[in-house]
Amino acid sequence: MLQDKDRIFTNLYGVHDWRLDGARSRGDWDDTRAILGKGREWIVEEVKQSGLRGRGGAGFPAGMKWSFMPKEVDEKRPHYLVVNADESEPGTCKDRDIIRHDPHKLVEGCLVAGFAMGVHTAFIYIRGEFVREAQVLQAAVDEAYEAGLLGKDACGSGWAMDVVVHRGAGAYICGEETAMLESLEGKKGQPRIKPPFPAAMGLYGCPTTINNVETIAVAPAICRRGASWFAGFGRENNTGTKVFCISGHVNNPCNVEEEMSIPLKELIEKHAGGVRGGWNNLKAVIPGGASVPLLPKSTCDSVLMDFDALREVKSGLGTAAVIVMDKSTDVVAAIARLSKFYMHESCGQCTPCREGTGWMWRVMERLVRGDAEIAEIDALLDVTKQVEGHTICALGDAAAWPIQGLVRHFRDEIEQRIVDRKTHSRIQAA
Amino acid sequence: MNVEQAASFAFTPENEAEADKAVARYPEGRQASAVLALLDIAQRQCGGWLPRVAMDHVAERLSMAPIRVYEVVTFYEMYYDRPRGTHEVRVCTTTPCWLRGSADLVKTCEAELGIRVGETTEDGQYSLSEFECLGACVNAPIVWIDDDYYEDLDPEKLKAVLDAFKRGEAPKPGSQSGRQTSAPAPGLTTLTAKTAKEAR
Repeated sequence: MLQDKDRIFTNLYGVHDWRLDGARSRGDWDDTRAILGKGREWIVEEVKQSGLRGRGGAGFPAGMKWSFMPKEVDEKRPHYLVVNADESEPGTCKDRDIIRHDPHKLVEGCLVAGFAMGVHTAFIYIRGEFVREAQVLQAAVDEAYEAGLLGKDACGSGWAMDVVVHRGAGAYICGEETAMLESLEGKKGQPRIKPPFPAAMGLYGCPTTINNVETIAVAPAICRRGASWFAGFGRENNTGTKVFCISGHVNNPCNVEEEMSIPLKELIEKHAGGVRGGWNNLKAVIPGGASVPLLPKSTCDSVLMDFDALREVKSGLGTAAVIVMDKSTDVVAAIARLSKFYMHESCGQCTPCREGTGWMWRVMERLVRGDAEIAEIDALLDVTKQVEGHTICALGDAAAWPIQGLVRHFRDEIEQRIVDRKTHSRIQAA
Repeated sequence: MNVEQAASFAFTPENEAEADKAVARYPEGRQASAVLALLDIAQRQCGGWLPRVAMDHVAERLSMAPIRVYEVVTFYEMYYDRPRGTHEVRVCTTTPCWLRGSADLVKTCEAELGIRVGETTEDGQYSLSEFECLGACVNAPIVWIDDDYYEDLDPEKLKAVLDAFKRGEAPKPGSQSGRQTSAPAPGLTTLTAKTAKEAR
C-alpha cells in the first residue's frame, strides 16, 4: 500500500490550509526556479521517464504529448497550455478536490509544464458548476501573482507566465479537447476534426497542449522527487500514483490517492469500507467513469486498476472513477440512465451520435421494462457499432461502450426480463 | 413562447468593471473568449436569466454577431433565456447519484416546493430541474442550489436544507452528513498525519 510520504495530494480532503502559506508548508513552490533552471528538455525528459500517462481518460503518455509542441516558438503564434478542469465524466470528482484543496499544485504545474512547452499563457477551463472551486482557484492564482510566482518573471526565473481561470457553462462535451478550444474561443463547444492536431493548430490557431488537472498537478512532484520515484509505483507502463473516486454501493464512498495497479477489490475494501452487504453482494463495477464498459463481479475479484489490466478485460481505466453496484441494482436501468446522459450531452454535430444516442436510449428504456423482442438486443448492439468510430469525437464511442458492456455481461438478465414480460402479459390475457 | 422582455440593458458600474477584467484576460482581438464570463455576469444582474437585450449588449460589447451569442446561450446548460425562480434547485440524477437515491430527492423537492421538475413556484422563489452529473459523485446524492452543492443527502436532510432556504437562511453547503469533504466517513484511511508539516 502507498505510504503517506509518497502521496502527492497531501491535502486531498481539505483538512489543511489550501492557501499559499499552507501549500508552501507542504512543499509546493519549493525552489521552483531550480526546476526551471534545468531547462525545457530536462523537464520533458523527466516526465517521459516517469511514465506518466494522461489522467483525463485516454491515458496518452504526457511527456510524449509535450514533445509534440514545436521546439521553436514563432512570435506570431504563441504556444498555449489548456488545463482540462471540465470534470464531468459521471463518477469522477478528483479534480474538484485538487482544485479546492490543493490548488497551488495545479498552478505550479502550469508554470512547470508551460515552461517545458514554451508556453507563456495557460488557461484552466473549469466547469461552470464548480462556482466555489473556481473562486478558490482564482484566489490561488492571485496569490501566486502577488508572491511573484507567476507574472513577468515567474519565480525569478526570467520566464513570463500567465495563468487564466476560464469558467465553462454546463456542457459535458467541452471536456473533449477540441470542443474545449472552441468553447474557449467563445463558440458553441463542438469538437473539431483532427488533423490538424492541437499541437500544430489549437487555441486561436496556435500550438496548444491540453492536459487534465491531475496530469499537470503531479508534474512538479515528479520533477522534484525524480522520474524513478514516480515510476517506482504501479506496473510497467502503468506507473505512478493516482487519485481514485469510489462511488455507488460501498459503505464509505470516498476519493483516495493510491498506487496505480492496486487490485480493485483491495481499493474498495481498504478505503471505501467494502461493498454494501459484503463483497459477495457485488453485482458489477464501472471501473473508469461512465464511458467504460462495466465489469461483472467475477472479473472484479482479481482485476488490477491500471490502463493495461482493464483494457485486457475489455474495459478501461478512464478517469479511475469506480462506480460500484450491488445486487439490489437494476443494472439495465443504471446503464439506460447513462444512455440518457449521452443523448443529453451529444453536441448534435454528427448524425450517428445525434440520432444514435437518442435511439439507443429509447431502446434501453424498453429493455428496462422488458418491452422488446429478443432480436432487438442484437439490433441495439449493431447500432452501437454503427455509432462507434463514426463520429468526430469520442462521445459516440462513450455512448456505445456501456451498452456493449451490459450486453456482454448481462445478456441473460435482459432476455429474462423480455421473457417474463411476455409470460406475464399472456397470463393476464388468459 | 412569448417572454416579457426588458427594453434595455446596461451593466451596473461594478459589473462593468468585472466585464472589463474578464475581457482583459484574453489576447487582443480574442475578446469573444469572454462571452461565457460576460453572459454569467449579465445573467446574475438580471436575476438569473438573460433577456434578449442583455445578449445583444454582450454581442455588441465583444464585437460578435448577435446570433453567435444566442447560440452560445442555447448551447450551454447554465444560461436561461426566460425568467427563473430566485433560487435554482438542481438535482443530479445521473447514475452515481441515482444509485444512492436521487430519485427520492426529486420527489422530495417536488413535494416540498409544490412543483414538478421543469417548473417554477408561483411566488417566483424556486425553479426545479434535473441536472446531469455534477462531478461530486463520492458525496452522492447531490443537489445544487444557487452556487453551492449540498451533498450526502437523503430526503430528510434535503427537507432540512429546503426548510432553511424557506426561512430565508443560508444553510451550510457541502456534506450534510457531517463528514470531512470526500474522505471516508468513519475516519481517514490515508493522510493520517496531524499537521501539514508531517503531511509533507
